[in-house]
Amino acid sequence: MGADMSFDLGLILSYLPRILEGLGVTLMLWVIGSALGLAVGFAVAVGRRYGPAPLGWLLRGIVEVIRGTPFLVQVFLLYYGGPFIGLRLENIPAGILALAIYAAAYYSELWRAGFDAIPKGHLEAADCVGFTEWQTLRRIILPEMTVLVLPSMVNMTILILKETAILSIISLPELTLSVSAIGTQHYAFVESFTVLALLYWALVEICGALGRRAEARLSKYRFAT
Amino acid sequence: MSAPMPAVRIEGLCKDFGTTRVLDGIDLDIPRGKVTCLIGPSGSGKSTLLRCVALLEEPTDGYISINGDPLGFDRGPNGARVKLPARQIRKVRSRIGMVFQQFNLWPHMTAVGNVSEALVTVRGMSRADAEERARKELDAIGLGARAGHYPSELSGGQQQRVAIARALALDPGIMLFDEPTASLDPELTGEVLNVMRRLAESGMTMLVVTHEIGFAASVGSKIAFLDHGRILVEGAPGEVFAKPREPRIDQFLETYLDRGAATLL
Repeated sequence: MGADMSFDLGLILSYLPRILEGLGVTLMLWVIGSALGLAVGFAVAVGRRYGPAPLGWLLRGIVEVIRGTPFLVQVFLLYYGGPFIGLRLENIPAGILALAIYAAAYYSELWRAGFDAIPKGHLEAADCVGFTEWQTLRRIILPEMTVLVLPSMVNMTILILKETAILSIISLPELTLSVSAIGTQHYAFVESFTVLALLYWALVEICGALGRRAEARLSKYRFAT
Repeated sequence: MSAPMPAVRIEGLCKDFGTTRVLDGIDLDIPRGKVTCLIGPSGSGKSTLLRCVALLEEPTDGYISINGDPLGFDRGPNGARVKLPARQIRKVRSRIGMVFQQFNLWPHMTAVGNVSEALVTVRGMSRADAEERARKELDAIGLGARAGHYPSELSGGQQQRVAIARALALDPGIMLFDEPTASLDPELTGEVLNVMRRLAESGMTMLVVTHEIGFAASVGSKIAFLDHGRILVEGAPGEVFAKPREPRIDQFLETYLDRGAATLL
């Protein structure tokens, strides 16, 4: 099979099983990376809010470094630089770890904004009826905050999906690596990247639609002002 | 014969915010089963005083006792002021119910959820029992039909009544109100004041920060007028509002003609 100068998406799509395999890896990275990121990000926000000041400074410093450097550079350093400090990881765990750290830094900022957005009076009311801080966190702050931060969380989760493409640089067989490899094999670069664009966009649309549905369901929990 | 023990006794209470002294040596007894109203101009410290009694603010100095039990701080063996352990604070504080200007209902819970939540979380009641109790409280203030509504689906007056029910469900001995009608339209103010009036008739000990001078004069047994962090005048409404009176009160009343103060001028 030689190079075909006509634009032929069918050529790429004929490798459907390979595409689906890549898609599966991307979905796995996305779901695990975001879920870990959300949880760790929450822990970081809680640590910064309730923890001792030095812990707060440390966490803030780490978040600043992660937000201040490109994801590509972080992945590269973790995977290729990790062995120098004894951190030898296969590409899939390395990819998940890099994604989770990156996501956690951003999610922690969103959680932090969520904490700040809860009216102080709602917490005072919890205090007055005798809630402990832990009960207030679990019964009041977390649910209220979820409603408040949902739109920005959906947005961030969409960005995380697109960042998974960067993990192709550590030879992780996710969607971008799989499809671009097919393109390289047939010199069909434009076709392969067109297919990639369409697939990512479809995933983003699905994620966005789920987010809007969740927002609509939670709308009655919004503040009465 | 000594006077009966007050529900709340405040002695030498001071509160600083940074270098600003907001409360400057408050001494006040809140009699049991009566309504005590704190009035005064904005910034006089009346809300801060109430918030100290709710322990939402930590007093800088002085003592508060509830039914004789120290709240938050006590006199130590050498006369020094010592902070009490958290458990003891929680116990004394559980006798106090608080109602806020901004209602502060939790938006993700229905009316019945707001009222029953602490019964489950703090008092350890079963969800079913707590909700039954909450429905009774809501029925009592005429909101039984709204039990399943979220705060966003209730009017301001209804929200404030739910907030009152939330505090009452915990059987407090003392109810604190921090400008409970200040965020409400005049037509919604009435329904909240009516609930408070009925509560007062039932013999509840109440401490109310209010700009509703008419309410204070008619329902209050005791009025304390605050100015610049001190109690300027205190006594029965008849004494505080009797002429001739403190010029500062005259000046204050003139700005509250529309709050039922006109009859007092």
